[in-house]
Amino acid sequence: MTDQAQILPGTLDLLILRAVSLGALHGYGILLRIGQISDNALLIEQGALYPGLFRLVRQGLLKSSWGTSENNRRAKFYELTAAGRKRLRQETDSWNRLATAIACALAERPEEA
Amino acid sequence: MRILDSLRFRMASLFQRSKMHAEIEEELRLHIQHRADDLERSGVARAEAERRARIEFGGREKYKEEIHRATGGNFIASFLQDARYSLRMLRKSPGFTAAAVLTLALAIGANAVVFGLMDGLILRPLNVPQSESLYGTHYGNNPGWQSYPNYLDLRDRNRSFEDLAAFNMVLGVGLDTGKDAIVANGFAATGNYFDVMRIQPYLGRFFHSSDEHGPNSAPYIVLTYAYWHSRFHDDRGVVGRQVRLDKHPFTILGVTPPGFQGTLLFLTPDFFMPIVNQEQLGTESLNTRWTEHTVFESLGHLKPGVTPAMAVADVDAVGAYLERTYPKEFGHKTTVLSREGLTSFGPAVRAFVAGLTLLAGLILLAACANLGSLFSARAADRSREVALRLALGSSRKRILRQQLTEAVLISLAGGAVGLLGSVALLRRLSTWQFIPNVPLHIPVALDAKLYVVAFVLALVSGLLFGIVPVRQVLRANPYEIVKAGSSGRVGRRLTVRDVLLVVQIAICAVLVTSSMVAVRGLVRSLHSNFGFDPRDTMVVGVNLATIDLSADKVPAMQRRMIDALKTIRGVESVGLVNGYPPLVYTASIRANVFKEETSDLRPANAAIAPFRYDVSPGYFEAAGTSLLAGRSLSWQDDKNAPAVAVINQNFADRIFGSVANAVGRNYKLQDGTHVQVVGVAENGKYMSLTEDQEPAMFLPFLQSPMSDAYLVVRSKRDPQQLASAIRSKIRELDAGLPVDTETWSNLLNVVLFPSRIATMALGVMGVMGAMLSITGIFGMAAYSVSKRMKELGIRMALGAQRREVLMAALGRPLKLLAFGSAAGLLLGLLATRVLAFIVYQATPRDPLVLAGVVLAMSLLGLLATWIPAQRALSVNPSILLREE
Repeated sequence: MTDQAQILPGTLDLLILRAVSLGALHGYGILLRIGQISDNALLIEQGALYPGLFRLVRQGLLKSSWGTSENNRRAKFYELTAAGRKRLRQETDSWNRLATAIACALAERPEEA
Repeated sequence: MRILDSLRFRMASLFQRSKMHAEIEEELRLHIQHRADDLERSGVARAEAERRARIEFGGREKYKEEIHRATGGNFIASFLQDARYSLRMLRKSPGFTAAAVLTLALAIGANAVVFGLMDGLILRPLNVPQSESLYGTHYGNNPGWQSYPNYLDLRDRNRSFEDLAAFNMVLGVGLDTGKDAIVANGFAATGNYFDVMRIQPYLGRFFHSSDEHGPNSAPYIVLTYAYWHSRFHDDRGVVGRQVRLDKHPFTILGVTPPGFQGTLLFLTPDFFMPIVNQEQLGTESLNTRWTEHTVFESLGHLKPGVTPAMAVADVDAVGAYLERTYPKEFGHKTTVLSREGLTSFGPAVRAFVAGLTLLAGLILLAACANLGSLFSARAADRSREVALRLALGSSRKRILRQQLTEAVLISLAGGAVGLLGSVALLRRLSTWQFIPNVPLHIPVALDAKLYVVAFVLALVSGLLFGIVPVRQVLRANPYEIVKAGSSGRVGRRLTVRDVLLVVQIAICAVLVTSSMVAVRGLVRSLHSNFGFDPRDTMVVGVNLATIDLSADKVPAMQRRMIDALKTIRGVESVGLVNGYPPLVYTASIRANVFKEETSDLRPANAAIAPFRYDVSPGYFEAAGTSLLAGRSLSWQDDKNAPAVAVINQNFADRIFGSVANAVGRNYKLQDGTHVQVVGVAENGKYMSLTEDQEPAMFLPFLQSPMSDAYLVVRSKRDPQQLASAIRSKIRELDAGLPVDTETWSNLLNVVLFPSRIATMALGVMGVMGAMLSITGIFGMAAYSVSKRMKELGIRMALGAQRREVLMAALGRPLKLLAFGSAAGLLLGLLATRVLAFIVYQATPRDPLVLAGVVLAMSLLGLLATWIPAQRALSVNPSILLREE
């Protein structure tokens, strides 16, 4: 647990969209899914998920509905809308470009050494 | 789509706050439960698992707050915060707040009043079902659809109307309930009138086509709700009761519903009677085809699918048929169909209201420009505060929102005050009887629409002047401003404020110019030559049809009345005219006139259509009309004598070439009568003051007697005494004869009414414009002085003269004033071309108006800069320089 990375500001939304893209999930399920797909490498305080979820719903990227969870409890499930799917594609592309560029820049050795 | 979603979300969060709260609470609680389930499954006791889940979740309150912010849920909270802050700021500068609120109250009030008028006059259709398909033939289409036989033909031959009704006005009828006889006004309507209107009686029943069985066969009347309420005190027993109209018995059938006030907007009748009975009240015979006086308007619903243009073609086709069939009795110009209510005054009323709307809009624009520059000055003054807030981490968006909130608060307050004022004014207007004893009124709408309009105007203008300083805030650089201190830069270049001030002053100058042009026009029209002298003249209406008197005795009785009135002390001369004298109630008769050599007397061949007056000997003396040639009419010009006439100069010029040529020549009337010209009278005005010079002829009343006549009495005596003397003289002749006295000057008020109203409205707008320019210039000058106090102090310390100080302080505002006024004057002069439409003799090429505007604007400038100038001069350099 100690070598978990603090997530960059603004990337939580992307992670949520990615997690939900694999199927409708409730809030706790999203957290588990993020942990699963990131190999538990990211540190997210559980409550911090919710402002992000509401923001995405408000932007029309997610839609929510009440249902029953696998634990037989009531839960609010989130799934992607068409706009959300599009946004996920765009964000993924631009993240990849950015990550490649930064990785490239960091890998470059100073010329004059 | 996304905007809509977001909006819906926002709305939901506004109205379902508590529900949302509960839902969020529930969702977070369930999250912790799910986590606890997992922990429990890994072997932790339930209580411990829940405790740990809660800790892992983190600060629940903090996240809830964040969720609210994420959903825009704190919108209301931050708005309230802004509003509270704005109120505090406004309270800190009460002078500014009061000036701003007052300015807007005036501007929005003016717009609300104009909207109330527009709503009542134009937007609101008649209060009948499906009024949108109700069309009527224009009044003034003489002698076409103003006669009953022609109406019958139109009703039966047209293919456009579902059914066609018609009505005529019967004014000044004595309505005798048995207890008292009071003069009332009604509509004589065709039997199908109420059925065409598709309304049901409030009480009793209406008359229908089945009640009509020829002339004078339906002695029934229907009361309007208002008249039933005021005269009969809501007595439900009136149905079936008998009343007398001008001595003839009529039975009350029923009462109209409260919302129905006849089919004219300006004139509300007291009762309705069948048109087949209107002859009893002294109008011409219903069978006369060539008259223009038995029908006022025909109206009906167009059939589904029939457009007004198709209907016009159809009606014109019927007209062409009638013209072929009755070439001597029918003549009509092209038909105009109009929406019911305003009749032929529609275009003029619409133009007037449109003009008012434009002017009121200009006022609001000027007020917005005024407030915009005030707000922008204020923003400049508050740049330090804005800079501090920016430096402390406030967002520009938030600061702008606060400033807009301030602007909107002011505009809403102004709107509320303005609305209160305008509602009071509209209430007065709607009950105002602007011409005594005439049942005309101004239809005014006072309903929810007015409030909505005022609210929207307030909101829009608030946003409009609120965004003026936006650029200032957006560009504000906190570091620079805080460093620079409060004096700031004194701008030399043209700023937004300068432009706004020039625009505002130009608009105000337009208003001042138009109001001056209108006032001058009115003054001139009061002093123009009417062709008679209305001063010291009493007009006495006597309708002999109201008493039992056989038609052949009417002229003798009228002569007895003339002789009797002559014996009153102080009376110089007395004359009589059949129907209305010139310029009374904009009512007059025209008749076709043919040249001597014309033999085919169809209306199309008429040479001219002069106004026709049948007058007694002595009329010209009493009216003060001077004769240019020939003789006046005499008592010898009676039924047995050859037909003669006195014509006016215009008639003489157009038919006979000149005045000198006219006397002794002949012309022909529609019925073929040869008329010999015995005299020529001066030109005059007959129907309205704005008419072009028209021909007129005066025929001897003895040759075409009529029981409805006006006596013209010239006397220098006090009108009240004279009126009572006249009344008692006539009562000596017949005790039961209703007499109606009014000075001719008062009656002229009716004709002058449109230009009076226009002048009044423009005058008010002009005064408002002047007030706005004062506040605008004052604001600018005061601001400029206060900004430059320090500079002025230094100038004075260095020995500047008073004049130089004033120039430095006020030169710029005065320059802007001059520039704006000049622009406004030019625009105003262009605008007065439009005014000439309503205001008589409104000409902009009037040196007095030009001088007046220049003088007014300079006076306004002087007035507005007086206080700032005093302040600039009172600068004490030693104190001022020590302060900073």
